[in-house]
Amino acid sequence: MPLVKQGRLTTDLFVHVAEGAELPGDGAVLVTAERFLADPEALLRRSGKLGVIWPNNRNVDDLVPYLDRLASIALVFPTFRDGRAYSQARLLRERHGYDGELRATGQILRDQFVFMTRAGFDAFEVKKDADAAAFAETMKRYSVFYQPTGDGRVTALNRRMQLRHSESASQ
Amino acid sequence: MYAYDELDRTLINERVSEFRDQVKRRLSGELTEDEFKILRLQNGVYLQLHAYMFRVAIPYGTLSSKQLRRFAHVARRYDRGYGHFTTRQNIQFNWIKLAELPDALADLAEVGIHAMQTSGNNMRNVTSDQWAGVAPGEIEDPRIWSELIRQHTTLHPEFSFLPRKFKIAITASEHDRAAIKIHDIGLRLHKNADGETGFEVLVGGGLGRTPFIAKTIKPFVHGRDVLSYIEAILRVYNQYGRRDNIYKARIKILVHELGIEKFAKEVDEEWKQMGDSELRLDHAAIEEVRSRFSYPPYEKLPHMPDELKQAAHDPLFERWRKNSVAPHKVQGYSIVTLSLKPVGGPPGDATAEQMDALADLADKYSFGEIRVGHEQNLALPHVAKRDLPALFKALDRLGLATPNVNLVTDIIACPGLDYCSLANARSIPIAQELTRRFANHDTADLIGRLHINISGCINACGHHHVGHIGILGVEKNGEEFYQITIGGRADENAQMGTLIGPAVPYAEVADVIEDIVEAYLALRDRPEELFVDTVKRLGVEPFRERVYATR
Amino acid sequence: MTSPLEQKKIKITGPSVVTANRTWDGAVVYRTAQKGWSTELADSAVVSTSDDARALLAEANADDVGAVGPYIAPVELKDGGKVKPGNLREQIRAKGVTIDLQVPA
Repeated sequence: MPLVKQGRLTTDLFVHVAEGAELPGDGAVLVTAERFLADPEALLRRSGKLGVIWPNNRNVDDLVPYLDRLASIALVFPTFRDGRAYSQARLLRERHGYDGELRATGQILRDQFVFMTRAGFDAFEVKKDADAAAFAETMKRYSVFYQPTGDGRVTALNRRMQLRHSESASQ
Repeated sequence: MYAYDELDRTLINERVSEFRDQVKRRLSGELTEDEFKILRLQNGVYLQLHAYMFRVAIPYGTLSSKQLRRFAHVARRYDRGYGHFTTRQNIQFNWIKLAELPDALADLAEVGIHAMQTSGNNMRNVTSDQWAGVAPGEIEDPRIWSELIRQHTTLHPEFSFLPRKFKIAITASEHDRAAIKIHDIGLRLHKNADGETGFEVLVGGGLGRTPFIAKTIKPFVHGRDVLSYIEAILRVYNQYGRRDNIYKARIKILVHELGIEKFAKEVDEEWKQMGDSELRLDHAAIEEVRSRFSYPPYEKLPHMPDELKQAAHDPLFERWRKNSVAPHKVQGYSIVTLSLKPVGGPPGDATAEQMDALADLADKYSFGEIRVGHEQNLALPHVAKRDLPALFKALDRLGLATPNVNLVTDIIACPGLDYCSLANARSIPIAQELTRRFANHDTADLIGRLHINISGCINACGHHHVGHIGILGVEKNGEEFYQITIGGRADENAQMGTLIGPAVPYAEVADVIEDIVEAYLALRDRPEELFVDTVKRLGVEPFRERVYATR
Repeated sequence: MTSPLEQKKIKITGPSVVTANRTWDGAVVYRTAQKGWSTELADSAVVSTSDDARALLAEANADDVGAVGPYIAPVELKDGGKVKPGNLREQIRAKGVTIDLQVPA
């Protein structure tokens, strides 16, 4: 599965470790929420980067104590019509200040890239190669955004008010 | 009118080009139907019985003549020469080809019209009172707020994949013409003791197979906080709304299962945590949007012009005026409702010729503005009273002066089995037959205000639950049957109708409705007592007895 | 008419066809014996056993680019082998709406 990270196709350094499967001695791993919560401290002490695959029906508040020590959080889209992880992403980024990798996993198509980026995702396990290749182009699709999120893009309303302000200042 | 600026136009064009790419990928096989379905729905494209159906938004029901002409163009160029106005301030085209849809969208985009989020599990078209900005006694124009909410919820990155569709309606008048109590969120604009604008927020209303009247979640949310409060509701819903069963996924089920107190507590907690976010609207932001709405340069005109006095001798004109013309907030002007319910016609349909001609009339008599209401009628919102006689003649020639607004033949009907892939039974032919039965306008006047609403299946697009008389098509052993309810209403006293008896076959529906109306005429205690009030006073039983005694 | 969207297990009780809407324009189409689609009901492959219906539907489903939402619909076979729609829904799909379309002006 191609991984797009910070806008570019990259090699995925993380290994998904299934629930119950043996944990590799070192190297970056993404573990299930169950495994992580069973003994978070032990996992965080392990050498190698640690990420958690967080299901979309579990409150992200449970992750808050560990946010500064997690290298990645993977939020899940079981189907692309299930949008719960968008709320989780915004809460992690905007409310809890998480600044590590925020990864979208599951049914990820190019048609969600803009939404996901705006919600705070910066890594994407994309289903189709063609979609992964089209990432940069897709991100250029929109230049106007109506609502503020934590991504820092200026909203249409703010742009209008700035424009109005500069017009009245120059008169 | 709201004037789009460069930013609004850019966004719509960007959306069109994205959809063009999506259609291309679908037709080449790069996208499967399963993947494409959600994408097309987010652009208002359904697949119905005969073809794709294309639903276009008319935000808060306000249209310019230029936009209406463009609908006529789309109807002619890409469809079969007509369109259908729905109960949610949308227009639908029934025969659009997928391959041509991006072109149709591009043509509409040129006049600031889009189809974003007219279906799919996202925020639908924000609807409002079709008389917004012109109704006497209105607190303030609710469309300013509708537009703020429209923008905020358009392509919202967090809420474009909700558990189910989500509808908001706003009213700012005492009499609710926007049916806010049957919406996921209903907003009633009012002022607090300090004279500040805010909203009573209602949540969890809706029809469908589990109908609920919305409950008040907060009696007053300050205007500056309305976006953050809506965002808090949506966030709670996005996370906790059911996704295991499509019939239990609307917010009304979540509100019902949690109870309004618990739901309100969840929302309040979320809202508090959001704190003073960027969503707070300062005065300048509200005024920025307000400044983009323009109002006509009304003249100072007499209350009773000579033209009107003279025309009063024409009984046809007088009948139409009494029925279809309503007071305007500015002296000398009127709001004119145009019935899209001609005798024998499909409710809510308009031909391309009618749309073009009406656009011309709007230019001539209504400052180029047209309104669309949830009853599937249109309105000209700023007609000088002196022009009413001339307008009447012109409308009559177009078949748009049927004097039946709010009367028994002003029927709301969904497309039903003639078009819709979900329907169990036909709706439109039932409506057509009823308009023929009650074609005599004197009889209809005698009966008075009476709303008949027809749905062809339990999804209730024809709002049958809240019709004074509701008709619901069901299937029994492969035949069309209809359940009939009475006593429903959609206004500020909204309530669901009560089933009157066993379902009746297609051929008997019109007879039964005639019996119900006759029973009402016999049972009402005075001519002014409306049908729905008689049902309230006496209950269903006396109607049931009369209707089913001989069946 | 029970919506075919609710069609679950495949069991037919009489002659049936597979129908769908053509992807590029949405037109009503019927699966033919030549593994294609036709807008004419007369061209459709008529099946009379559940196994054949299942096979015809599977084949139609495989052509996701050609047509959308295939399902099994009942038909009636008239004397001389003429195929007629088997219920009101299919009659409407085959012949168009049952109403007078033009708004009387």
